[in-house]
Amino acid sequence: MSYLQLIDLKTHFPVKNSEPIRAVDGVSLEIQKGEILGLVGESGCGKSTLSRTVMQLIAPTGGRVILNGEELTSFNPSEVRRRRLDFQMIFQDPYASLNPRMTVFSTLAEALRTRQPELKGTELNQAIAELMERVGLDWRYIRNYPHEFSGGQRQRIAIARALAPQPKLVIADEPVSALDVSIQSQILNLLKGLVADLNLTMIFISHDLSVVRYIADRIAVMHFGKIVELGESEQLMENPSHDYTKELLAAIPRIRDRA
Amino acid sequence: MPLLEVTDLKTHFHTRNGIVRAVDGVSFSLEKGQTVGIVGESGSGKSVTCYSMLGLIPMPPGKIEGGSAIFDSINLLNCGEKKLRQIRGKRISMIFQDPMTSLNPYLRIATQITEPLHLHMGMSKNRALKEAIRALDEVGIPEPETRIQMYPHEFSGGMRQRVMIAMALITKPEILIADEPTTALDVTVQKQILDLIKERQRELGTAVVFITHDLAVISEVCDEINVMYAGNIVERAETGQLFKNPRHAYTRALLKSIPAMHAKGDELYTIPGLPPDVSQPINGCAFRPRNELGERNKCLTDQRPKLKDTGADHWVQDCPGCLA
Repeated sequence: MSYLQLIDLKTHFPVKNSEPIRAVDGVSLEIQKGEILGLVGESGCGKSTLSRTVMQLIAPTGGRVILNGEELTSFNPSEVRRRRLDFQMIFQDPYASLNPRMTVFSTLAEALRTRQPELKGTELNQAIAELMERVGLDWRYIRNYPHEFSGGQRQRIAIARALAPQPKLVIADEPVSALDVSIQSQILNLLKGLVADLNLTMIFISHDLSVVRYIADRIAVMHFGKIVELGESEQLMENPSHDYTKELLAAIPRIRDRA
Repeated sequence: MPLLEVTDLKTHFHTRNGIVRAVDGVSFSLEKGQTVGIVGESGSGKSVTCYSMLGLIPMPPGKIEGGSAIFDSINLLNCGEKKLRQIRGKRISMIFQDPMTSLNPYLRIATQITEPLHLHMGMSKNRALKEAIRALDEVGIPEPETRIQMYPHEFSGGMRQRVMIAMALITKPEILIADEPTTALDVTVQKQILDLIKERQRELGTAVVFITHDLAVISEVCDEINVMYAGNIVERAETGQLFKNPRHAYTRALLKSIPAMHAKGDELYTIPGLPPDVSQPINGCAFRPRNELGERNKCLTDQRPKLKDTGADHWVQDCPGCLA
């Protein structure tokens, strides 16, 4: 049985005097535990709405989300709120997603206490130090504020915060798009290592197909609210079958005369 | 004689935290109709290089400390604002990364796109409007007669970038500076915009300076590539040559760290550390602390290495620890 199951998931937004916008229109997917699923598509294709629907931030218009055998779509709001710790997100812009007035310590302490409210004192310090080490941050920076870090380091803080509540599913929404090439590879290696070590399940959203091919086990291509193609990532990149996937692949700039 | 020749350009910013040496001795040239790329990470000085040539550096805190940029026997760096105004937007134009912030949201496209025609060519209102409609048509905007009366927010990102290109090329400039023109766009739109720039360039014979951090994009559009690091050009070569035979340790490390060059499952190479803080003076080779692919202990420590021609117009900083 798959770990996360989406069954005919639909999220529509009503528009006055007009047809509703079908942002997510009948998506069915299965993700295994420990898998990284790459989700690609252009802006407006519905990938962010899909991730928000899976996270239960938007109520679906139809369909079901089943995580680890539990149907999330059947829970009432307070239950959903309790379950929300199981899903964590990593966003594109580490400058905007951290609270500028909170130190690394308070950011991570808050995130850890959501799952373990009793954590304090040396135990808390130790848990934070462990988290920081895990994502490759020096614990000496524990009292520093976000503005004192570079973009790559900030993304590491955001990743540490996402890991703190021991999530079952992590959705990374363009986590490396805002980073420089040399920093991008550091974060990709980190995410790959974390998924393997902690047996995380991840949905990795990106418009950069070379990044997705590298990190994801399988790739789902989304177009106008529907998954038009799903396949093992090398396979899909080498032998795309849907016209839209072919168009998307043809558009990626490639390095000529590869060494 | 090249169309544009930049020699030893130095642009520094005098801030409270010291002197930021954003561009520290950059030289390159551009021939008529050529596309030259400048690639580098944030803070490497690629945008400041181009802004300096057009007098777009806020002074203070910025200051052009030295060098020259000769265009048609005029030194752009000291020719004075009046002269520069006659060149900027007419003979040299620029497109930026984000078309939403570079178009005025309060003005109709028509007002903005005909401005250079009024200013630089003294065209009448009617003629300028006709010209502008033709320009929009040429960059592939459907129904240009109606679309031209709309406001920027009524256009999508890709369409706005088309408007910017039409606007930049409407005076048939000799040089177009494109600063990350596709970074904010989707891949399929990016391809359309790159194709459009190439097509318009062929028709008008414009030379292009293309700034980006994306190695794949630059490999597709440029004839020659300059790799920038910490305010210097560390390597320059013809595009095919650079990717086939990168010689500077930074270029090699950069190419090794992009996923496109890796088989699946391989660990990505990561360049250790961070780019240097250019507010501190850098003596010697700027890449030395991060150099793993070359021999760090052989890097220069007493002076910044100079670019030298290693044959076939392949220029590399002459640092014994980085050069391979």
